[in-house]
Amino acid sequence: MTGDDMTDDPGGLFRCEGISKAFGDTRVLTDVSFSVGRGEVVALVGENGAGKSTLMNICFGMPSIIETGGYSGQLYLDGQPVRFGSPKEALEAGIGMVHQEFSLIPGFTGTENILLNREPVNRSLLESVFGGRINALDRPRMEERAGTALSKLGVTLDQQTHVSQMPVGNKQFLEIAREIDRSRTRLLVLDEPTAVLAESEASILLEAIRKLAADGLGIIFISHRLREVMELCHKVVVLRDGHKVAEMPTRETSVRQIAAFMVHRDKEEAEEQRVAKDFSAAPTALSVRHLWVDMPGERVDDVNLEIRENEIFGLAGLAGQGKLGIPAGIMGLKPAGGEVDFYGQKLPLNDPRACLAAGLAFVSEDRRGVGLLLAESIQMNIGFTAMQLQKQFLKNYFLFATVDEAALEKNALKYIDELAIKCSGPLQKAGHLSGGNQQKVCLAKAFTLAPRLMFVSEPTRGIDVGAKALVLNALRRYNQELGTTVVVTSSELEELRSVCHRIAVINEGRVAGILPASAPLEHFGLLMSGEEVEPEASAPCGEAVPAEVGA
Amino acid sequence: MNSIKNMIETAGWPRIIIGLFLLSLFMVAPLVGVKVSTSIHDTIVRFGRNGVMVLAMVPMIRSGCGLNFGLPLGIIGGILGILISVEMELVGMSGFLTALGLGVVFAAFLGWGYGILLNMVKGDEMMIATYVGFSSVAFMCMAWLLMPFKSAAMVLSYGGSGLRTTISMDDFWTDLLSCSLLDMLPDAAASFFSQLDISFLYKILPDGLVAWAVSVVQFIFLEQAMGMILFFGFMCFLVWLFFRTKVGQAMNAVGQNPDFARASGISVDKMRVLSVVLSTVLGAVGIIVYAQSYGFVQLYLAPLYMAFPAVAAVLLGGAAVGRVAIVHVLVGTFLFQGILAMTPSVINSALKGLDISEVLRLIISNGMIIYALTRRTKEVR
Repeated sequence: MTGDDMTDDPGGLFRCEGISKAFGDTRVLTDVSFSVGRGEVVALVGENGAGKSTLMNICFGMPSIIETGGYSGQLYLDGQPVRFGSPKEALEAGIGMVHQEFSLIPGFTGTENILLNREPVNRSLLESVFGGRINALDRPRMEERAGTALSKLGVTLDQQTHVSQMPVGNKQFLEIAREIDRSRTRLLVLDEPTAVLAESEASILLEAIRKLAADGLGIIFISHRLREVMELCHKVVVLRDGHKVAEMPTRETSVRQIAAFMVHRDKEEAEEQRVAKDFSAAPTALSVRHLWVDMPGERVDDVNLEIRENEIFGLAGLAGQGKLGIPAGIMGLKPAGGEVDFYGQKLPLNDPRACLAAGLAFVSEDRRGVGLLLAESIQMNIGFTAMQLQKQFLKNYFLFATVDEAALEKNALKYIDELAIKCSGPLQKAGHLSGGNQQKVCLAKAFTLAPRLMFVSEPTRGIDVGAKALVLNALRRYNQELGTTVVVTSSELEELRSVCHRIAVINEGRVAGILPASAPLEHFGLLMSGEEVEPEASAPCGEAVPAEVGA
Repeated sequence: MNSIKNMIETAGWPRIIIGLFLLSLFMVAPLVGVKVSTSIHDTIVRFGRNGVMVLAMVPMIRSGCGLNFGLPLGIIGGILGILISVEMELVGMSGFLTALGLGVVFAAFLGWGYGILLNMVKGDEMMIATYVGFSSVAFMCMAWLLMPFKSAAMVLSYGGSGLRTTISMDDFWTDLLSCSLLDMLPDAAASFFSQLDISFLYKILPDGLVAWAVSVVQFIFLEQAMGMILFFGFMCFLVWLFFRTKVGQAMNAVGQNPDFARASGISVDKMRVLSVVLSTVLGAVGIIVYAQSYGFVQLYLAPLYMAFPAVAAVLLGGAAVGRVAIVHVLVGTFLFQGILAMTPSVINSALKGLDISEVLRLIISNGMIIYALTRRTKEVR
C-alpha cells in the first residue's frame, strides 16, 4: 500500500482519525483517516459500497449514523475535536454538503432557494409581538446576497427564474451557492456533483470548485469520473470495502493506478471457474441495438449488445449508470425504445407478456417490489407466472379451470429441495422468508418458466455468503444443464467475474466496453471510470459491437 | 392460553365486541317481550337480502380498486333490469330471470365505463367512486322521470308519465326465493323426515336439550328465508370459484402487487376494469335479490344510501382496503344486519309507547359505519 503516511498538516482544516463504523454485524468502515487542508481539493473515490457515503454521513452528523449506534474515531475541525449530533450542528460548525439528489423547491426562484430559511428581513414592530417569523423579507438584499454567492462560484445565471424552469446544471450551482452563502462554511462536501451534468456544464462546475478552493475553502469531492479527479484534485483518497487503501497526491498517480486500487482484490478466487469459453461461433440469442430505457436513476441512453446462445453474460457498472435499466427495459417493465431481436425475431418493447411468451424470464433486483406476492404462499409465487402464461398448474373442468394446488406444491417442493429454500413448507407466505430465500423463490419462479434466456438482476444483493454461493451455482447449473442463456446484472464485479463468460461494463447509459471475465481487474476499473482500455483487451467476440466509451 | 389469544387475533376485536353485543341483544330480547324466533327470522332475512350487495365489494377490493363506493351504479343497472321486466309484465320466475339477465347486461356496460374511469385516477379510486355513486344517482333522478315506461304499476298515477319513487313488486315476483328446505326436498324425503320417530332421544338425553335441538332443526327446515340464503351462498361460491381460476388469480395479483402482475405479463388495467365490471354486476344482482325479498323497488335517492351499509358490513367483517375474503362478507353482513334488526326492536320494546325505531336504525347503522371505518384493519403489504 502506498501513500498511507498520515500528513499531519498543522494548518489542516479537517481531519478524520481512525473512523470505524458498523451497521449491526457488518463493518462498513475500518480505521479510516485522512485530512483536508485549507484550499485543498481532496477526492474520495471507491466502488459502490466502499463506504464513501457512510464516511460523509459521519462527517455531517446524519441521524442515520447516530441511530445505528454512532461511530468510533475522532473528527477534528481546525485542530479541535468535534462530534456532531445532527446536520444542523455540522452546518453551524462550517461544513456544507451538496447531496447527489437536489433538495430545491421547484416553485421558488433561485434566490429564494439559495437563502431559504436564512433570508435577510426588514424588522418591524410586529416582531416584538409575534416573534421573528412575522418580519417581511428584504428582497433587494436577498438578490444581492444570492448574487454574491453565485459570483464566488464564477457563474452567471438568472437567479429570479423558478427552479423548475432551470437546466440541471444551474440547479447544481444553486445547491453549491446555498452552501457558500453560509458565511461560516469552510469545508464543502460535493457528492457526485457532475453526475447529472453535460460535459460543458461539468467543466464550468470544476472551474467554480477551483475558484472556491483558491478562496481558502477545503473541498471533499466524491466522483467516479477519475479523469475529473485527476484534473481537479490535489489529493485522492481511495476507499475499498471500508478501508482506506491509498492516499496520494494526484500528480504522483494515474487514472490507471487509482482504478486498480479501487477494484483490486487480495486473493484471486475461484480462478478455475473463469473458463474462457469461446462463444463467437454460437448463434446470437439476443441482439440489442440502440436501446434506450427511461428508468429513473438507471437511465439507459444507447446500448448495443450481442448475446450468444448459452453464454452467461454479465452487465457491470457503478450504481446509477444504467445497467439495471437494460433488463427492465427489454422486459417491458420500463418505457424503452430501440431494437431488440431474440433469435432473429423482433421483440416488441414495452410488452412484458410478449417477452415472457417468447421465452425470456426476468428476476428483478427489486424482490419485494416486483419479484414476489408477499402475502401469497411460496408455491403460488413460484408457479404464478407459469400459470398465467403457460397455463400450467391448472385443473380443467368442463367450462373452467381452477388452480391445481397439488401440482403447485409438487413443483415448489422440487425447487425447495434443489435450491435449499429454508421454509416451513411450500404454503409458508413469501413475505415471511429471509432475503436469500426470497431470492431463491424468485429464481425458482423464473426456472419454472423454462426460459431460453434469463435476465437476473443483482442476484446476491443483501443475502448472506452461503446463499450467495448457492444462487450463483444454481445459475451455472441451469446454464450448463438446460442450455439457458443467462444475463446477470450485478454491482459486484467479483461475482460477475466468477460466473460470467463475458462482461459488458455500462457507464453513463452506454456500453463502455465488453471484456472477457478473465481480463485484468484494472481494465474493468478503467471502463467504470469512463476511461478507455486498449483494443487488445476487449473480448474475443465483442467484434460485433465497437467498444463505446462514455464521455 | 396462546390458542385463545390466536383465536382472538384471527377473529379480531371489532368482531368479538359486536358479536358479544349482538348475543346480549338476543338474550335481552325475551325479557322485554320480543320473540327470539322472530328476531332470528328478521336477522336471517336481512342477511340474505343484503348479502349479495356486500359481496359486490369483493372483486374491487381484490384488484386493488378499494371499496366499491360506486355500488349505486350497479344498483341502477339492476333496477333498469327490474323495470323492463315489469314493463313486459312478466311474473314469477320468468320475470325474475329476465330482470337478472337485463340487469347484468346493463351493469356490465356501466361497470365497464366506471372501470375505465377508475383506471384514470389510480390512487384516488374510493374518492372518485363515491362521486360516481352520487352523480349517477343524481343523473338517474332526472332519467326516471323521463323514461318512456307505460306500465300502470310503475308510472305516477296523476300524470301518467314518470316513474314512482316506490314500486311494489307484489304483483310480479315478491318473495320468489322464499322457500324452506322442506319445500326443496323431494316429497318422499320430506314425508320421511316428518314421520321420523325421535322419541328414543328423550330416553337417552335430557328433555330440555332434545326440545332445543328439535326446535333448531325445525327452524332450519321451516325457515322461509333459506331459499334466499342458498342463493346468496351460491353467489358466494361463484365468486370464490372465480378467484380460484387463472383470471381470478391474476386479478388477485394485480391488487396485491401491480408491478409483480405486470412483470408476469398481466394487463393491470384490463384486470381492474374486469373487477369493476364484476363488482357492478354483483351490485345489480344484489338489488334484484333485495327487491324480491323487500317487495318494493325504490328509485330516485334510495340507491345512494345502499353503498355505505355494504361498505360498513364488509369492513366490520374484517376486510381491509386491500384485503378481503368471502368469510369477511358472511361475518360482516350477519353482524351488521343482526344489530340493525335487533337493536330497534329491543330498545323500542324497552321504551314502551315511543316509536323511535327508524331514528334508532339510522343512528345505529351510521354509528357502525363510523366504527367500522375507524376500526378497519391496516393494510398489510
